[in-house]
Amino acid sequence: MVWKIFLFVLLAFVSIAGIAFPIVPVPHAWYEFPLIPGLKENAKIIFFHVPTAWLSAVAFMMNTIYSIKYLRKKNLDDDAKSYAAAQLGIIFCVLATVTGAVWAKFAWGSFWSWDPRQTSIFALLLIYGAWFALRSSIESEEKRATLSSVYAIIAFLTVPFFVFIMPRIMSGLHPGSADDTNAGPVINFKMNGNMQLIFFLSLIGFTILYFWMWSIGYRSLILKDKINKQSIKE
Amino acid sequence: MSSKAYALYKKDLNSELRTRYAVNSLVMFIIVAISVILFSIGNEKITQSLTSGLFWVVIFFSAMSGLSRAFVAEEERGTSLTLHLIASPSTVFSGKLIFNLILVFCMNTIVAVLFSILFEAFIIRNFALFAVAFVFGNIGLAVASTIIAAIISKAGAKGTLYPVLSFPILLPLILTCVQLTLLSNQGADFEAAKFELAIVFCYDVIMLTGSYMLFDFVWKD
Repeated sequence: MVWKIFLFVLLAFVSIAGIAFPIVPVPHAWYEFPLIPGLKENAKIIFFHVPTAWLSAVAFMMNTIYSIKYLRKKNLDDDAKSYAAAQLGIIFCVLATVTGAVWAKFAWGSFWSWDPRQTSIFALLLIYGAWFALRSSIESEEKRATLSSVYAIIAFLTVPFFVFIMPRIMSGLHPGSADDTNAGPVINFKMNGNMQLIFFLSLIGFTILYFWMWSIGYRSLILKDKINKQSIKE
Repeated sequence: MSSKAYALYKKDLNSELRTRYAVNSLVMFIIVAISVILFSIGNEKITQSLTSGLFWVVIFFSAMSGLSRAFVAEEERGTSLTLHLIASPSTVFSGKLIFNLILVFCMNTIVAVLFSILFEAFIIRNFALFAVAFVFGNIGLAVASTIIAAIISKAGAKGTLYPVLSFPILLPLILTCVQLTLLSNQGADFEAAKFELAIVFCYDVIMLTGSYMLFDFVWKD
């Protein structure tokens, strides 16, 4: 219970601080953000855009980890866990795509421009979509769990290409691209201390929220499965 | 193991030569796809980057129409149980992979020849670079589509699911190969393309290893 209140306070603080704290050219007070040239007021969306993108990647990784676990132990609970992770993952993936597109409209001028990171989040959306399509096409429970686990692992093998290699060889608009002269992500060189603090608080808060939602999700899936099996027996 | 895999490949080749189903439909598919593109272009002048993109679009969709046969046919004929008895999973995968590799190479050679005849902008200026990219690209395409075909065949041979599942897996390969084809059309040397070549090579190795490790789980019910 205590940590739920803590999480509520944390996320409330992050949301209010992220939206309401003023951006000034030379910050003095603890609640003032520095002016980032080229981004101005729309820099604030970073507190919500980056955590969603991060969580869609975390969800994908958990999906893969529980897929591997399922293939080793053949325990259907692990399948429920990977399913719950993917359900949340596709939600955060859509949120990351939408917040990213809105930010791109105001910072780069168009909603979508096939920047490498946009390409990779699009590929992640496709992977999630294909994964759910594959699951819905198989009737038998064990077969569904095995085949979707195999697909999740194969799809995870392509992640290094999208995350680490593509953005560095293709020209892009995100920080850290091949033709970026600023060297390094935004958080290292343009944020000041309090902006970084709120950024990382937001990351931590959203991550805790994710794990809470995930544990509710998989427990309810396992219970639903149990009830189904009992009603079949009777 | 290798002799058994070769025997499996011979078996697939023989049954293919008897009906010529895959070859006939693939060749017709390629011709249809290219003529649709030619009709839609009309008298427009298209750029080199667009042609190298279209080249891989045709290759991707032809692969999607033909490569799932290897496993789906076994399930349809009900012969996969016999294969379970006579060979280990990795042998079965090797045999199917060899067959698909040869199919992909023949198919893509036809596409490449037709493209260089029919498209003005598609002129291969650095042939060595194109050949290397072509070989690595084909291997990656064959490996990824063979393992996805195995998944599809167990999922009840859903034809529409095959391109849906394959596209995200093949996306890094296709994006890099489009880039490599463009570079070879522009006459760039190997130095300019070394990163892309390294990516395609890594993709092949990763996919090959992953497929061999995971095929056991797909094949054994």
